[in-house]
This record gives sequence, C-alpha cells and structure tokens, in this order.
Amino acid sequence: MKPAPFAYYRPTSLEDAAARLAEGVDDGAMILAGGQSLVPMMALRVAYPSELIDLNVLPDLGTPFIDGTALVVPALTRHASFHKADPAFGVTGRMMAEVVRHIAHYPIRQRGTFCGSLAHADPSSEWALTANVLGAELELLSTRGTRRVPIADWCDGAMSTTREPDEILVATHLPLLSETTRTGFCEISRRAGDFALGMALVAIEVQGDTITAARVGLGGIEDAPRRIAEAEAELIGQPATPDTFAKAADAAMAVVEAMGDATTPPEYRRDLAGTVIRRALAQAIA
Amino acid sequence: MTAPKLPNARRSAWIGQSVPRLEDRPLVAGLGRFVADLNRPRQLHARIVRSAHACGRIAEIDTSDALAIPGVTVWTAETLGDVPRIPFRATRISGLEPYVQPILAVERVRYVGEPVAVVFAEDPYVAEDATELVMVDIDEDVAPILDARAKPGEFLPGIGSEPTVVRKGYGDVEAAFAAAAHVVELDLATGRHSGIPMEPRGALADWDAGRQHLDLWGATKRPHWNRDRLAEIFGLSPTQIDLHEPHVGGGFGIRGELYPEDLLVCLGAMRLGRPVKWIEDRREHMMAANHSREQQHLIRAAVDTDGRILAIDETLHHDQGAYVRTHGARVADMSIGLLLGPYRVPAYAARAHFRLTAKTPAATYRAPGRFEGSFVRERLMDAIAQRLEMDPLELRRRNFIRADEMPFERGLTALESEVVLDSGDYDGLLSKALEFCGWSDMHAKAAKRRADGEAVGVGLGFFVEKSGLGPSELVRMSVATDGSIEIVTGAASLGQGMETAIAQIAADTLGADYRTCRVIHGQTARIDHGWGAHASRVTVMTGEATRRAATELKDRALDMAAELLDTEITYLVLDDGLATDTATGHSVTLAEIVKALDPVSPKRGHRTPGLTAEAWFHNTHMNYPYGAHIAMVAVDRDTGRTSVERYAISYDVGRAVNPAMIEGQIMGGLAQGLGGALLEEFRYDEDGQPLSVTFADYLMPTSAEMPEVAIQILQDAPSPLNPLGLKGSGEAGVTAAGAAIAAAVDDALQRPGLVKRLPVTPQYLHARIAEYDAERGQ
Repeated sequence: MKPAPFAYYRPTSLEDAAARLAEGVDDGAMILAGGQSLVPMMALRVAYPSELIDLNVLPDLGTPFIDGTALVVPALTRHASFHKADPAFGVTGRMMAEVVRHIAHYPIRQRGTFCGSLAHADPSSEWALTANVLGAELELLSTRGTRRVPIADWCDGAMSTTREPDEILVATHLPLLSETTRTGFCEISRRAGDFALGMALVAIEVQGDTITAARVGLGGIEDAPRRIAEAEAELIGQPATPDTFAKAADAAMAVVEAMGDATTPPEYRRDLAGTVIRRALAQAIA
Repeated sequence: MTAPKLPNARRSAWIGQSVPRLEDRPLVAGLGRFVADLNRPRQLHARIVRSAHACGRIAEIDTSDALAIPGVTVWTAETLGDVPRIPFRATRISGLEPYVQPILAVERVRYVGEPVAVVFAEDPYVAEDATELVMVDIDEDVAPILDARAKPGEFLPGIGSEPTVVRKGYGDVEAAFAAAAHVVELDLATGRHSGIPMEPRGALADWDAGRQHLDLWGATKRPHWNRDRLAEIFGLSPTQIDLHEPHVGGGFGIRGELYPEDLLVCLGAMRLGRPVKWIEDRREHMMAANHSREQQHLIRAAVDTDGRILAIDETLHHDQGAYVRTHGARVADMSIGLLLGPYRVPAYAARAHFRLTAKTPAATYRAPGRFEGSFVRERLMDAIAQRLEMDPLELRRRNFIRADEMPFERGLTALESEVVLDSGDYDGLLSKALEFCGWSDMHAKAAKRRADGEAVGVGLGFFVEKSGLGPSELVRMSVATDGSIEIVTGAASLGQGMETAIAQIAADTLGADYRTCRVIHGQTARIDHGWGAHASRVTVMTGEATRRAATELKDRALDMAAELLDTEITYLVLDDGLATDTATGHSVTLAEIVKALDPVSPKRGHRTPGLTAEAWFHNTHMNYPYGAHIAMVAVDRDTGRTSVERYAISYDVGRAVNPAMIEGQIMGGLAQGLGGALLEEFRYDEDGQPLSVTFADYLMPTSAEMPEVAIQILQDAPSPLNPLGLKGSGEAGVTAAGAAIAAAVDDALQRPGLVKRLPVTPQYLHARIAEYDAERGQ
C-alpha cells in the first residue's frame, strides 16, 4: 500500500494549474485537492497519476461566499467549513450543517473538499446529492477558458462525470433556498461515517397544510444522486401528512434503478429509497 | 491505586487489586518498539507477489521486468528450491500432511493472496514497484469451490478436498431420538471473519554468517515452538536461532503462528547475506493472515416432555480455506468437542467435515469454536424453549450441569485433552447475572417500547469457556542486588497485560512491590522452554509457575534474613521488600539479603549463591470458566439495522488477579464479538475474488457502535487445578456475543428463530424477515 512513483507540482495560480494539467493530462497528471479519495486509491495502486498538481498551495480558495442569490463553494472548501451554519447562508447553511455530519469522520472532513467530492462522483456523495437538490452549477476552468455545467448534466454514471480531462472544477454555485423552505435529510449507512447505503435530502414549502413546492433528492441508491420528479409530483398540492409521504416514497420506489452489489441486493436499496424519503420528509415538517 | 491501607494488612497483597498496568507507560508515551520500528544496517525489504486468482495452474511467472530494476532480487518456488513446509503445531489428527501450504505456490494457486513469489529490494517502495512487474500467468482450469457444503473436489490427483471428518460422541443417540417427545432441528451458519490486530504482521531477520546465527524479530504467541521448527526447516540447531518478541499490537490467535512470510524473510537474510525486513500492509493482511469462523451447522436435539435434553446430533461443515496451516483441524475439532457448553447431554454424536475451499486458510481466532458453538447451542436452547412453550431460562436451568456434579467428565476431547469441567455453579451464575443486568426491568422496558411501536428486544447467551491450556510452563525468577525482581518466562505478550498479572502474583507471593518486577517474555535466548500466549493460558500457567518460584525464593530469602537478624524464620515476615522480625521490629531489605548471598559474601555460608529460582508447572487438563452475555438491541424494521443499546457480561474467572484488566479483556473481546455478530465478514464473489480487503468493506465496530457495557466478575468457582484457583479471561468477551445478539434480535422483532446466521447484517435481516413471514404465511 505504497503509491507508485509520481511527480509533484506546486502551481502558482489556478490558470497555471490548468496549463500544467493540459500539458500533462495525457500522461496521467491529476489535480490534488483534499486527497481523501485519491491518495488511498494511489496507496492501493488503483490510481497511478503521473503527476499531482497540488491546489492546496494556492491562496483564497477555501472560504465559501455569497454571490447574489447563490452560495459559491471554491475548489478548496473543506467539508468541515460547513460544520457550523453561517447565518448568512440561511436555510441552505443549516441544511448543509446537518448533511455534513454524515460525511465520513471528523479528521477526513478537515481535509476533504466539497468540489473534490463532486469531481470524484461517488454515488454516495452527500454533496452530489446536495448539489442536485439545490440545482447547482459547476464552474470548470481549462486553457480553453471557463464554462458552467448544470448539476443535472454532471454525473455520467458512478465515479464518472462530463468533465473534460483537462478541466479543473474551480467552484460550485449553489442557488440559495428561500427562507420559508423546510428541509429534511436521512442517511442510512452500516456504521457511523460509512458510505451511505441510501439517503434522501428533501426541500419543501408548505402553506397552511398544503405542500406548494417540493424537491426530493435521492443518493446512494442509483449510480448517481438525482431528484425524483415522480416523488415530487405526489407531494405538490397535497397535505403534508405521513400518507402523502408514503405515496411519494412509493412513487420513488417504482421508478428507481437501484444498484446491486455482492453485499447489497437491489431490492434492499429500492426499499431503502422509500424509507429514507419518508423519513426525510417527516423530518422536514417536524 | 495501591495496596490496601488497612492496619496490619500486608502491603504486598497484590492479587485481586486493580493496579495500573506495567506495560502502559512506554505505550502511552510513544516509546513502544514494534517490529516496524526496528531496523538493521544494510537491510533489504521484502514484498510478496500474491496470486490474483482463486484457483488455477501456474502457466508462467515472468520476473524479467522486475529484475531489470537495480538491486531487485525475485524468487519463485523454482528458485527457492526444496524448502520443507511448515508443520502442524496443534493436532493429533493424521493424514493432513498433503494439504500443508508451500512457502511459495507450487504448480497451482489456490486462493487470492497466496504467495507466488517474493521480491527483495533496497526500499519498500521499490519492492512494491517490482512486485507489480512480476507477471504471473494463471490458467484457470477448474472452477473454485467456495462453499464447504458443496461436493468436495480434488486437491491433488487422487487426494480429495476434504482432508478429514472429525467424529466425536458417546451414548446411544439413535435410541434417544427414537424415544424423544420432541425433536428440534436447526440449520445455522457463522460468517467468515477473523482477528484484525491494529498492528499488521511483520518480521525482521538477520543472519550472522560469522557466528552462523539467525535472529528473528517480530515473533510472538509461540516463540519457542517457532524457533524449533525454523531450526528443523533450515537444518540448524535451536541454539543457532533467537526469536525476539517486540511490542505487539494485538494477536487474537492469528498472529505469531509460523507463516510463509516468516520463512521467506529468514531465507532472504541467510541467502542474500543482508538483513531482511517485511511489514505486512492492511490489504494483504486481509487475504494472507488466518481467517476463521466460517461454519455451517445442522444440529438436532432430542428432548423429553419436561424439556430435558436426551441427545444432540450435530453435523458441521468447516470452511478451512485453501490449505491446512499450523493448527491442523483444531478449530473443527474443538467446535464439536466443546459444543455442549454448560448442559447435561446424555447422548451426543457429532461429525465435523473439515473441507478446503478457494479462500484464505483459516485457523484460530479468539474463542475459536466457542463463538460459533455458543451461537449454535444457545439458538438450539431457545428453539427448544419455543417448541415446548417454556421460559428459555427455565429450560436452561433444567439442563445445567449442577455444581455438585463437578468435576464433570464430558467423555469428549478438545485441544488434545479430555474435557473435564473442573468447577462451576451455572445456575448460581445465571441468577446473579439476571440480577446484575436487571433482567426483569430490561424486559419490561423492551416490552413497553415494543407496545409503542419500536422493535426492541433482550437476549441471553450462556457459555462455558476453557483456559489454562498446558502442558507446561517454566519460570526463572531472580532478585538483583538492588532488590529488583526479574521474572523470565517463555510465555508471550500480545498486549494483554500479562506483565502486570505475573508481577502481581510474583510480588504478592514473595512480599514485594509489583512495580519492582520486570517480566521478560517472548525471548528464546533468555529461557529454554516456553509455550507462549494462547488459549487463555498465561495467567494460569505462567502464574502458577511464578507462584512456585516466588515461594522458593521467599523461603531462601527468609533463611538468609534469619541469620542476618539473628532470629528464627518463624518470627519473620517478608512484605514490601522487607524481611522484618516481628519480635524485635528489626528488618533487612531484599537487596541486603541478596548482597549477603553474593558468591563471595562471608555471610552466605553454604547457601546457594544469589537469589534465583526456577519452577515448572505441568497441567494435563484445561479449566473451564463460564458466564453469560445479555444484550438489549433495537432493530430498525425498515432497514434491518440493529443497534446494541445495552450489554451485560457476568463471568466467573475463579480468582481475579487484576479485575480492571479482566474487564478490559472482556470489553475488548466484546467489541470483536459484536463485530462477528453484526458487522465483520470476509466475503467472496463467485470467482473467489475477496470483496473485503479494506476497512471500507470489512466493517469493524467503532466506538460509535459500542453499547453501554456492564461487566460482573465472579469468583465463586476457583479452579481446583491450581492452588490460586486461577482461570483465564482472554476470550470471555467474545464467546456468547453472537448467541446473545441473535436472541435479542428475535425478541425485538417477536419472531422466534428468525436469526439463522451471523453476522446479522441489515441486508440479511431485511431479506430474512420477508422469508420468515412468507414461511409462516404472514
């Protein structure tokens, strides 16, 4: 569990990093951010970067900030930045403070990054789920300039994205939720800190007893997190009751293409999809 | 914590005190020296090339690319030449010889992770680079066997993959079943898991060509046996080999056996003329170190109308993995030898099918055979109670062997000795355990929460452990001229606290401060004989040998002191390192006594010079501590996830030398027991590829998964087999964890007999509930 030889490069700016990546990507150069997935993969020799371009040496990429109606999360924002909800981030900040507690363990959260999690694209990424529910846009930089990709077009299957090999994910733009939004999150994993077997993140608006808007995100169940329109349709215009939530859960279970593996059959994950949606919705109105 | 301050109390009454561990200071100060911390000048680093295939013929091994790296040496079985294989340490079962693992694979590979070649290089990174360049071409000519109940295949031409069937029993089982009012049958299984010490294995060898002497660091568990076998394998005298035990980060039965890697490191040092170091990484540990526990049990009980067991019939399939290692068939053997636990069983027939599969070879892991057997036996007791509509505790009481029947001859063998339960009051312990944990209150609370919609339940597992395995142990104990005490034993320390326990017995017996004792262990150069640390034996075996040596030293010290104080021995008391004349109040220190016994001291007279004594303890029978595990769990019905909320263990250890350390042993064991009950499992896919080779896939309990635990240590049944009444405590925390968790999960979901296999994963439980309800038309 010692990595194969690799080179190490300290860029002077994001632009310099992009130039270096463009130069080396065909040989296997990679960006290093938090390294909480990449470095273990190197130790296990399932990742063989020819060179690591270390963004950690660059200043001013760590602190999330508000830009108009969006929360901008730069390339080096650590998971732990969201441990305490910044009042300026409102409902969105409080929701992310709840979600972040489920990401791995405390030491890992000090190092791992939000954007790194999106770039790695594990099906059980809490931040990929969050980005889906919030309708994020991902800002990519290369020597060809910058472009923005909507989250719905980002994941391309498990551990795979539409990022071009020479592009760096430099920031994620998260549209803020309205302050009347109620959110709920439920994650089921084997042990505290393990990858999710299944999780749901919901954001709903309720007027009187009636649900007027709903976003239902599901992660860890399919090969990438996404919103489940069929579940959302069951909620809008309906009373915020357990019966309604159960219908939304059933609708999700009917449409998900649950992953199966040697440990967890797809039937288990399909049932779990319903469970986490019901519980996240119940939490949202609690 | 110090000795009791009661007036007139002996200050040296250390036995029974929860004194701090002597071992801890270097460990908490970062001064521990584990094998990875050790280095020798000019050392090479070894790395093992392991099979990526579960099964197949070795077509070609191409080492040319690896050898192109400067300083790299590569050996395969062919270049290694004819090296004898590692023999068996622990079996009387014959016919296992063809199944012994070669040091490097010969002609075939038989599991993923099997050593195929070894690389030596200047640093561990280069060694790993070179390992990747060794091209091993495997012809997968037959499908791997991955289920011990599958039809056995061929190991070698004409030699099948079932090395033996172990049979045990007594009485007329057939007649008992014919006459039985009820027959209860269960089909149960325990998952494959094992000891995962925090420190992986490692070895560092240095061959001194001038002295023709081999040193091996990283030894533990059985240093003397390992030394003697290495000597035989290498054609050396045992006097030419020293094994050294450094600090050890946990063993649990799997560490310290002779493995292929130990031999490769020694051979490397001898043939290459440079020291060789090998440190196992976690991924290879998961596929190279011994696995354990995977068994399938078909068990039947014949029972009369009152719930009395008339006979038990048991068929076991033991998944041994690809080869037979040092333990032989010991785990399968003791699984059926110790299956019956605390119950009176008039007739018994058991057969253990010991079968090879294309998995990492298996052997002992903390409470081997008893974790599995306790799960099976206690499941059976609960099933009988359910069938007869009896209280499961009353059923157990009816079948317990009574205290007045001790010692109780089982008519069975285990670990090559007859099973004679030496002492015990099982019924008494059950009563104390129920009171200690608040059984009625726990049940009432669980029932209330169930009525409120939760799935909460309570379960109990009763167990009999075994400890104090012989045959012998030798201790040499000396008092130095400064009054400090050295105790040399051939036992070993895997971190369990033996230095402290032995120091307590030595100091208590002699009359000294336990903190003045240094316990030397695991160093073959310091003592000629030793049987190591396993089978919960050290406190019993080394403890009693120490007591004997200390008794002799005390007699000799007092004899000298009597002359120095001009008095009679009968007036003398030796306490806290001071011999005091109770008539005059005059005293001499142990240091002064030792100086008076100096070879040239005029005061010595005709006494033996110095103050050193050797003592043996020989023991042909194990002793049998016992206890109960009681668990309260909450199950998430939707997800199948089980949370252990409360846990209580009551355990009779005969005589507790250091209660806090025993609690520590039990607590640590319980973490492993809960791992085996709920989380840990080595899984394989249909091609024999291991799926659990990192800590992301092999789930061990963390502090977040550990419940609130209460431990009750009882001393109601001292062992009659040694004067202090000692029994062991190394395995009690593990033994009945699977049994108690299974019963608690059944209770939580109000589905008797629900749990049929361990670990009870959410995925298993989710599917099993559906199956259970379908079987019963619910």
